[in-house]
Amino acid sequence: MKTIVLGIESTAHTFGVGIVKEREIIADTRYRYEPEKGGIHPRDAALYFMNIGPSAISEALRSAGISARDLTGVAVALGPGLGPCLRVGATHARAMATYLNKPLIPVNHAVAHIEVGKLVTNVKDPLIVYLSGGNTLIAAFNEGRYRVFGETLDIALGNFMDTFVREIGLAPPYVVNGVHQLDRCAEKGKELIDLPYVVKGQDVSFSGLLTAALRAVRRGVPIENVCYSVREIAYSAIVEVSERALVHTDKKEVLVVGGVAASKYLKEKFEIMSSSRGVELAIVPPKYAVDNGVMIAWTGLLAFKSGITIEPERAYVRQRWRLDDVDIPWFGQ
Amino acid sequence: MLTSRGSGSELEVLAVGAEAVLLKGYFLGIKSVYKVRVPKPYRNPKLDLKVRRERTSAEAKHMISARRGGVNSPYILLVDPDAGVIVMEYIEGDLLRNILNSLPECRACTLLEHIGIMAGRLHNEGIVHGDLTTSNIIVCRRIGKPYLIDFGLARASEDIEDRGVDVHLFLRSLESAHFRVKDMAFRCFLNGYGKVVGEENLTKVVNKVKEIRLRGRYVEERRRHH
Ligand SMILES: Nc1ncnc2c1ncn2[C@@H]1O[C@H](COP(=O)(O)OP(=O)(O)O)[C@@H](O)[C@H]1O
Ligand SMILES: Nc1ncnc2c1ncn2[C@@H]1O[C@H](COP(=O)(O)OP(=O)(O)O)[C@@H](O)[C@H]1O
Ligand SMILES: [Mg+2]
Ligand SMILES: [Mg+2]
Repeated sequence: MKTIVLGIESTAHTFGVGIVKEREIIADTRYRYEPEKGGIHPRDAALYFMNIGPSAISEALRSAGISARDLTGVAVALGPGLGPCLRVGATHARAMATYLNKPLIPVNHAVAHIEVGKLVTNVKDPLIVYLSGGNTLIAAFNEGRYRVFGETLDIALGNFMDTFVREIGLAPPYVVNGVHQLDRCAEKGKELIDLPYVVKGQDVSFSGLLTAALRAVRRGVPIENVCYSVREIAYSAIVEVSERALVHTDKKEVLVVGGVAASKYLKEKFEIMSSSRGVELAIVPPKYAVDNGVMIAWTGLLAFKSGITIEPERAYVRQRWRLDDVDIPWFGQ
Repeated sequence: MLTSRGSGSELEVLAVGAEAVLLKGYFLGIKSVYKVRVPKPYRNPKLDLKVRRERTSAEAKHMISARRGGVNSPYILLVDPDAGVIVMEYIEGDLLRNILNSLPECRACTLLEHIGIMAGRLHNEGIVHGDLTTSNIIVCRRIGKPYLIDFGLARASEDIEDRGVDVHLFLRSLESAHFRVKDMAFRCFLNGYGKVVGEENLTKVVNKVKEIRLRGRYVEERRRHH
């Protein structure tokens, strides 16, 4: 009999419900909380999730053409993420599992980003470069877990880019027609100005670059040249630490995950680096690179087949659940 | 520049590192390593030149000061920042990364303690290494002692933050590549480090490491637009 798992994602701005039947994606419902202005207000997002949650689940079941009774299990992202948001997903999943008397499967959101990336790109044992709004992380499988080999020492790449374009009045919106405002503004720049390029081991740091770039704009340096320099420096630093981690781990594939992976300029740099190292480059397409329920369902299915389930009364949310806290017994299967 | 002098032997490729190609040969009759920082075609050429030049000078300068401060590191024979080349003494041995997991525990502990001592001496000398990992330590076969290499990201700094980053980088390299021995290895490292920098500095640095690791890097605290 085929295993069918429903997965619920609600770690930040997206309430997603996905259903997978073995390797097949049979439902993918997403509701994204869009704050009126500014950033994400966890409580407002949670309220929104509570409103749309039950219907999002029914909608997913309907689009898969199955009834809740057909499910093998229910998976949920218990962390890391924002407490109020996480709790809504957990509440729905616990209720479903208890009511249907089906196993509940705990999933780590970061692991899920990696697993769905591997599913859709078909890489097997990659160096993982995870570049989202809130994360900048380089990881690879070693001794049973995804280990962290590099990260940001202060702000994440996406957050850095968004903050910079907002501060200089180019955003919001941050991304227009699939192009980030930083990339757009940089297209007109020609001259590289002197700004800090910070690499420490396999880590990056962007706070010094942000301060110096904003100061340059205030000083009257043409904005296009500042954008160009910021883009070149930030993307090169990311590709450099990835290359360092690649040499350190000796992996033969690179998997780029997360919203910033959609940048074609970043992709160009990754392509040059990967081909010079003779490794395969896979970039997760935007649809599966951002938060979604499918990734939770798919990782839940892998975990379930390795015997990982949790009692509903013990399924607490874990806001700071580290990637390298999670055993990956299904790796390589 | 890149012809071997002294013994008449050719240069052979020793290693292709993350940023440099390392060649083995003789320089003035001394068995040497030529570290050549190669251009990175994904970087803007102006940026690339600047990065390679700066790192080459930093590496030579801080390796020399490190030796002065009692840290084992290769002897520098020649530096050419514009060409991105350093010629240094060849250290015959194994990378710590490749041997740590299979060393007997007491041998590993002595070695890690020694590495801690060297990190402490470096910090006392006002230098941070910037890339302190098990890939950048050679265990010399002749005397069994660890040598620090790869100072391209080193800086003059007495900030607790920068020292904390060094210790954090080392700890993470243990966690990621030497999971089974990491607790023992880190304890022995800190033991040596503390002996050199003193209790008070040790506590400051250890607290800083904790802080760095709580900055929401492993964790996913999402974007907050203030
Ligand atoms: N086409 C693009 N080019 C560059 N950056 C992008 C693009 N699309 C989205 N981003 C950036 O990706 C980040 C969001 O990624 P996502 O994976 O959804 O992160 P999170 O879940 O942490 O919000 C934002 O910083 C956004 O500006
Ligand atoms: N002085 C040396 N003696 C012997 N081997 C060396 C020496 N310097 C470097 N190596 C070898 O070359 C590799 C890469 O050198 P490294 O300086 O770490 O360059 P990168 O910055 O590219 O990592 C090292 O891991 C080591 O195996
Ligand atoms: Mg995400
Ligand atoms: Mg090195």
